[in-house]
Amino acid sequence: MKRFGFPRDQPPQKLIDSLNQKATQIRRDVLTMLAGANSGHTGGSLSAIDILTALYYYVMNHRPSEPRWPDRDRFVLSKGHAAPALYAILADCGYFPKAHLKTLRKIGSPLQGHPCLCTPGVEVCTGSLGHGLSLANGMALANRIDGKASEIYALLGDGECQEGEVWEAAMSSGHYQLGNLTAIVDKNGMQIDGTTKDVMNIDPVDDKFRAFGWQALVVDGHDFRQLLSAFRFAVQERSCPTAIIANTVKGKGVSFMENNLEFHGRAPTQEELKWALAELQ
Amino acid sequence: MGSGGTAVEKFSLRKAYAEALLELGRKRKDVVVLDADLALSTQTARFGEAFPNRFFDMGISEADMIDTAVGLAISGKLVFVSTFAMFAVGKPWEQIRNSAAYSGVHLNIVATHSGISVGEDGSSHQCIEDMALIRIIPGTTVIAPADDVATYDLVKKLADQDGLCYMRLTRPNLPRIYEEGSDFQIGKAKVLRKGKDVTIVAAGSMVWPSLRASDSLKKDGISTGVIDMHTVKPLDSEPVLEAAEKSGFIVTAEEHNIIGGLGEAVASLLAERRPTPLKRIGVQDRFGESGSCTEIMDFFGLTPEGIAETIKEAVNKRT
Repeated sequence: MKRFGFPRDQPPQKLIDSLNQKATQIRRDVLTMLAGANSGHTGGSLSAIDILTALYYYVMNHRPSEPRWPDRDRFVLSKGHAAPALYAILADCGYFPKAHLKTLRKIGSPLQGHPCLCTPGVEVCTGSLGHGLSLANGMALANRIDGKASEIYALLGDGECQEGEVWEAAMSSGHYQLGNLTAIVDKNGMQIDGTTKDVMNIDPVDDKFRAFGWQALVVDGHDFRQLLSAFRFAVQERSCPTAIIANTVKGKGVSFMENNLEFHGRAPTQEELKWALAELQ
Repeated sequence: MGSGGTAVEKFSLRKAYAEALLELGRKRKDVVVLDADLALSTQTARFGEAFPNRFFDMGISEADMIDTAVGLAISGKLVFVSTFAMFAVGKPWEQIRNSAAYSGVHLNIVATHSGISVGEDGSSHQCIEDMALIRIIPGTTVIAPADDVATYDLVKKLADQDGLCYMRLTRPNLPRIYEEGSDFQIGKAKVLRKGKDVTIVAAGSMVWPSLRASDSLKKDGISTGVIDMHTVKPLDSEPVLEAAEKSGFIVTAEEHNIIGGLGEAVASLLAERRPTPLKRIGVQDRFGESGSCTEIMDFFGLTPEGIAETIKEAVNKRT
């Protein structure tokens, strides 16, 4: 495989630098979109951006000019409220014109509040939490039936792991030994009503996945070196699914948004956008 | 079910479903079937034996099953999911609404054990709300075949449909109405009999008792038409409007709550297009209970005798 053609745990610095640069640009795009829409989920979009950047700019085989390319790797945004992060990346990759980002959440826009199939590059409708891992299992089973080598990735929120269906799905992925499946948990530690620890503790979430027959890895979700290394383990493991527990910071990258619950479901004002962009250089 | 006379030979809808699936599976390599630990009962296990690589028992986890099915369908598979109606629709409604129907993907849910004729298991297993729950989701198709012949043909027709399709089958074997090999079209009702005084628009297990009720009403001088509305959504409006014009009185018959199912679909149509006196036969907004199928159907008046009696009363009231 051409990807991951670097020594274990040692992706080249040049690659890491370019991913970091890309992630900063995506953060700027996301905040600009959200401020323009004056609505949307800021904190959980920012926490997921490095994971998504690793996937779309290095890990996944995909063709923006041919969104339905049959041999593509597929991505399911189970935590659908991070849609702005996905949209910014899909636009940047060339799935649709960047000008569409300005229409987020507006009437007639291809960019709905939560992902749907009207957006080129989006594989499946999500938004209501708990569905994505099952959807990804279905895709992984289809690949198995067809003898396809491509991979399926699903990004879940940590609060989302409180949904029962996540564990029904985890049991199924383990039972059917879906080695072509990787789930990433964006573990930013916060949900609408407070910290995940206080509202409904999900820990030890890595052990829970292991108990269901998964390989589980815990990484810093903002460290590309660790992320790429984990994805490499995931791709290499063919006998069971892999869960990557990515420890992240809600609102990552903007000082006054980091670990600030207020920004779970609120967009920045134009003034806040100015301050945020000044930090994201 | 009370047949009111000599024993009538009855046939399994589930067996017809399994046979249609097997035929589809042989013809098309993209057919995939999922079940939730009821494969022996729904008879999807037969597909599983024939095509083990394209059958998945998801265990007792219906929400996971529906979304997994959507993932398969969105990857290009022709997917059928089955379990009992209560668990096929009641438990994973939100998965059906948000992941399946909203995505527009073609997915077939074929539920067995719908209605009260489930019998002894009682109300927790007697789903009388399934048609309502699927009807209210935009763009869906709802089908209730009347016998094994209709089931066999309509399951095969599902292969060429779009969107979220729901078919409800009942547990007991049912008398055969149609000749083997009969052809059906989804969305096109079968006008079985025309009536001058009243027309019964029936679906699923209520079609045969409606025909028998029509027989006995004839002896009482009441000319009773019968329409098999096997597709409850989209409703085939023309034959209903025509019957309303010709007979001036419409009765609906369904093994479902009278709220949200066939009766309400017909009531809406008539209210908007041709206001006509209407009587809805079905479960009168109450829960089912345990009992043998025969006792239960008798108790709820969903027999030839019960339907005839209700119609006689209604006709007498009108005259």
